[in-house]
Amino acid sequence: MRAWRRFRHHTPAMIGLGIIVTFVLLAALAPVISPYDPNDQDLAAAIQGPSGSHWLGTDQLGRDIATRLMYGARISLMIGVLAVAIGLVIGVPLGMIAGYYGGWADLAISRLADMMFAFTSILLALTLVAVLGVSLQNVIVAVGISVIPVIIRLVRSSVLSLREEPYVEAARALGAGNGRIIVRHVFRNSLTPVLVHGTLSIGVSILLAAGLGFLGLGVQSPTAEWGTMLGEGRQFIFSAPHLTTFPGIAIFLAILAFNLLGDGLRDALDPRMRTVDRPAA
Amino acid sequence: MSNPVLSVRGLTTEFVTPGGVVKAVNDVSWDLYPGETLGVVGESGSGKSVTAMSILGLVPSPPGRIVAGEILLEDRDLLKMSAKELRKLRGSDIGMIFQDPMTSLNPVLTVGAQISEALRLHDRTLSRAEARTRTIELLAMVGVPNPEGRFDQYPHEHSGGMRQRAMIAMAIANDPKVLIADEPTTALDVTIQAQVLEVLRTAQERTNAATILITHDLGVIAEHADRVVVMYGGKVVEVADVRSIFSAPRHPYTLGLMSSLPRLDVDLERLDPIPGSPPNLVDLPEGCSFRPRCRVTRGREICRTTVPPLYDTGEGKAAACHFSEEVPAEMVTVSREMGARLGSGS
Repeated sequence: MRAWRRFRHHTPAMIGLGIIVTFVLLAALAPVISPYDPNDQDLAAAIQGPSGSHWLGTDQLGRDIATRLMYGARISLMIGVLAVAIGLVIGVPLGMIAGYYGGWADLAISRLADMMFAFTSILLALTLVAVLGVSLQNVIVAVGISVIPVIIRLVRSSVLSLREEPYVEAARALGAGNGRIIVRHVFRNSLTPVLVHGTLSIGVSILLAAGLGFLGLGVQSPTAEWGTMLGEGRQFIFSAPHLTTFPGIAIFLAILAFNLLGDGLRDALDPRMRTVDRPAA
Repeated sequence: MSNPVLSVRGLTTEFVTPGGVVKAVNDVSWDLYPGETLGVVGESGSGKSVTAMSILGLVPSPPGRIVAGEILLEDRDLLKMSAKELRKLRGSDIGMIFQDPMTSLNPVLTVGAQISEALRLHDRTLSRAEARTRTIELLAMVGVPNPEGRFDQYPHEHSGGMRQRAMIAMAIANDPKVLIADEPTTALDVTIQAQVLEVLRTAQERTNAATILITHDLGVIAEHADRVVVMYGGKVVEVADVRSIFSAPRHPYTLGLMSSLPRLDVDLERLDPIPGSPPNLVDLPEGCSFRPRCRVTRGREICRTTVPPLYDTGEGKAAACHFSEEVPAEMVTVSREMGARLGSGS
């Protein structure tokens, strides 16, 4: 638990973690915290600035922005986490195989990743959504797929160096087979960069999903989603800037938080910073 | 003498490199008898480690390949075995100790887990608890203090000497018939080296494993080996018992190794290093590959034209030199030049 101790003293990471925890709590407790329904329209109270009854104001249909942001956090966090999960579940094994076995498997997998890399992730995700059709599920799949190539490369490169480690050869000299070596010796040691990158990817995925929402290809109205809210508020950007400002701030904070957390994890888990702090018996 | 437990016959291992084919091990033969320690000496690139890797079937391929020879473990040819059979043999019949204990243990697994793994890999019926008990016994056997506490510690919490003890415990976990120690003390402090060698000796006695001790340290050879194989440029150049190697070498390279070694037990005026550098294994010189550095050849034709075979020099000894009978006289000359009598100390 040395890593946790180092992590705790990493102020930016703790701030990031704090923001994420806050978002999670707001998302989970939204019905308790807010008296409004995210989709309840009140046209009489449309486009109001922040006030006592509507802390962050109302949108063009009189919906409470604060409430919509809280419910939107559910969607955004879910997309971020699930998309990265898809990326890891598919990317990690592929990267392992490519890096460990090399040869034609590496060639095939790496070229596939290169092909996916050739498109910017937003373009890739856009195309996928266009092909699959617009729905929350497809947004998650599209964003998840766009995460895969980065994970493949990351895992492949760390496995390439890990498989040459003397302890891998030592395990082989003990009679361990490839499967055991991959799982016990290689995978365990590549966890740190994967974990760090996975965390950073959540932030990127949230941004990507918000981008799709902004373009109208993401989660569809009336479902509250940050990117969609930003897109709809665009028409009122001069008359009622709070319609776009608050969702923008939410997206900004979420991405910042995951980046801070990822940086902190990297610093805390970096083996080069591992020290012996328990005296050898 | 009894039958050898391990016989290497005409082993040739090559590596394909952009610069050409490297014959890292070139027609190497020797026998390992039960209970003995066979020292394999030679400078970097002489083929010591590749021989060990060939025995274990761990030559990376590509670029490496074993092109000829046989490796007989009791009567089974390891080179004819399937990958699966060979895997069962590794870590059970053949144990291996690596050079650098700092990197040969997986940093994210506890030391105990790694030794248990060695046990459970070859005995699937062993329960976790049984493996733990046995591991703690092994740790105690190799002289690790507080083995119960050490079991759950990670490698970075162990010193180099403790880690090498753990590596030895792992190698002898399944009572191997053959133990290969590849430069087991090179990465350790001098003070720890002696301790680890002592542990190795004890471990070897307990398991009665025949040991191949690969090293470039003649001191280690003098202390621990029963017989010695000297390698140069991928070939065996001399085989003899340890006493003969030091007192009466029959190959000019072995003599060169002796005369370039600083000694505490005799007064030397100067050292006599071997001139030149090891041969390029891609492009071996014609004839004897030691000829360009040899002080015995004196420009004689046969050294340039004919690769010397391993000539029998009696009593199970052999030397790959056309003029091995001249080496003792040369030794006297070298000793005079150095201001001391070589071969007297040991």
